[in-house]
Amino acid sequence: MNALQMVIDAASVGGLYALTALGLGLIFGVIGLVNFAYGEYIMVGAYVLLLTAGMYWPFAILAVLIFVILFALASDWLVFRQVRRAPPETLMIVSFGLSFMIQHFYVVLFGSLTRTVNFLPDINRSIEIGGLRVAGVSLLQIAATIILTAALALVINYTKIGYQMRAVSENPRMARLVGVNSNRIIAAAFAISAILAVTVTVLFVAQTGSMTPFFGVSLTMIGFVATVIGGLGSLPGCALGGFLVGALTTLLQMMLPSDLQPFREAFVFAAVIIVLLVRPQGLIAVRSAWERV
Amino acid sequence: MQTEQTSTSGEILRFLAPVAIWILVLAVLTFSLSSISPAMARIVTDTLIKVVMVTGLYIFIGNSGILSFGHGAFLIVAAYASAWLTIPPMMKKVILPSLPAFLQTIHLDPFLGLLGGIVLAVVLALVIGIPLMRLSGIAASIATFAFFVVISVIYNNWTGWTKGTASLVGLPVYVGPNVALVAACVALLIAWAFQQSRYGLLLRATREDLVAARASGIPAERLRLLAFVVSAAVAALGGVLFGHYNGALTTANNVYLNLSFIIIAMLVVGGVRSLSGVVVGTLALSLVAEVFRRLEIGFDLFGHTLALPGGSREVLLGFCMLLALILRPDGLTRGRELSFFGKRKSKPLVATPIAETAQ
Repeated sequence: MNALQMVIDAASVGGLYALTALGLGLIFGVIGLVNFAYGEYIMVGAYVLLLTAGMYWPFAILAVLIFVILFALASDWLVFRQVRRAPPETLMIVSFGLSFMIQHFYVVLFGSLTRTVNFLPDINRSIEIGGLRVAGVSLLQIAATIILTAALALVINYTKIGYQMRAVSENPRMARLVGVNSNRIIAAAFAISAILAVTVTVLFVAQTGSMTPFFGVSLTMIGFVATVIGGLGSLPGCALGGFLVGALTTLLQMMLPSDLQPFREAFVFAAVIIVLLVRPQGLIAVRSAWERV
Repeated sequence: MQTEQTSTSGEILRFLAPVAIWILVLAVLTFSLSSISPAMARIVTDTLIKVVMVTGLYIFIGNSGILSFGHGAFLIVAAYASAWLTIPPMMKKVILPSLPAFLQTIHLDPFLGLLGGIVLAVVLALVIGIPLMRLSGIAASIATFAFFVVISVIYNNWTGWTKGTASLVGLPVYVGPNVALVAACVALLIAWAFQQSRYGLLLRATREDLVAARASGIPAERLRLLAFVVSAAVAALGGVLFGHYNGALTTANNVYLNLSFIIIAMLVVGGVRSLSGVVVGTLALSLVAEVFRRLEIGFDLFGHTLALPGGSREVLLGFCMLLALILRPDGLTRGRELSFFGKRKSKPLVATPIAETAQ
């Protein structure tokens, strides 16, 4: 196994986690909500792919995109908007309750067993570049991460909606006073996080071809951890955090002796504790997240 | 606050009144319901064990204001420790051959096993608490969650000692409604005593305003650590009882992850800021869960058996949880304790908009 190949593998897993972390971090940055139901946006999308199996793939992806965006907007409108001013622990448990409910609703609809779908089998084929054998989906993951992170940065920094998003995130009351329609901005944030979720869904399903109603949970957990070690409220931080967690997982997978292999996750999370102890504010701290006295 | 010691029984009664009423309620419910049927007795026991766990969680979360996802780890650690100490050596030789010799031969009384479990959880809480209690807010929550994952991954894969996702059986089953009731009362009394002590008050000051509390000379980290250790001990009590109520332990299907989220949900639905919230939340969610379980099995209505589709009880449970949180974001009790006998009503605690101050 050569080092470059290892880097590509680490980067592709890291990319997937970074996208997950970005979607979570965006919502957290704008309304301070740790959205456990984010994993369910990823999960419901996968089931749309299951139902549209056999359709020409761009249409299938379009169907997922529309469904997941509507789903995310509905979750905001029906649930999160109702508890905008609730204490943060309540918000967290609300999103957890929603996630729990959606998962079990899908258990009722589709059963709890693993379902498989053969989605875009071609991109899993390995491509040979200069002696390296790389799965097409890994390259796609890396490309998607770079493109979406860049696009997100452009939207946040240079568009009107991004400007307003930062205003709402900085001071929701002040933003409202100067005429920002905060509910619309928050809805936009949910829609953008849904787009990120769809990307994760498509890449994940193309890679593994399988789904259960619970597969979003572990992704959310990792994304959640990544946003915190990256620096809450900082989008570059989220991407970096996701990337590091993914890369660490992959590296441990390759380097750990086989009898320690099952404990891989324990090492990753122990590393997370250490990062938090050394830098509680996250790797990339945002000024607005500091407590003002 | 009850800082000065008074010896008149009236004062003691007034001091204990809110918690005494809940103990009375639990006792009446236990004795009236558990005699109906063995199945009912199991439900009562299960609910009371949850009360113990949620109380443990409350001692830390309620007083310090830090959401901990880590208490599931104490449940695991204590339950397995008690299992190692109390499973008869004959069985241990067969099911856990790779245990070290001294654990192989040891066979303790269930009560000593319980103490062993609690001691191990307390030691763990001290060791992990010393670094973690320096963190605040969401970083602290994530760190406790990471701690939980580390412990659960270890126990999940340390199959020589824990059997992992297979079942570890042979735990003496000694927990019935009465034992669970005693444990719940002890837990509630500990929580109440801590809450009314000066440490509880000081810790709540750090919850409301950490910077101001520190400026007034309150050692926030040390108080948090104290609460963390006490709450780990109470949660461990719940964990041990849970094992000896089921008679078997397993880490399959994320049991402990789900359990930790359920107990957090119970606490938040009831109201994080009062001990009454613990009891109300636990009873409410247990009741709702049980009703839906019954409905899923089916019930007779004018000669027809009606039943909810399989799996829908979780959907409905989640729905009820959401409804409760949307209608009462500060919990069903809104952070108030019981008040009675014309004692002045304690004002509802207003949640501080942490999200806003953080910005």
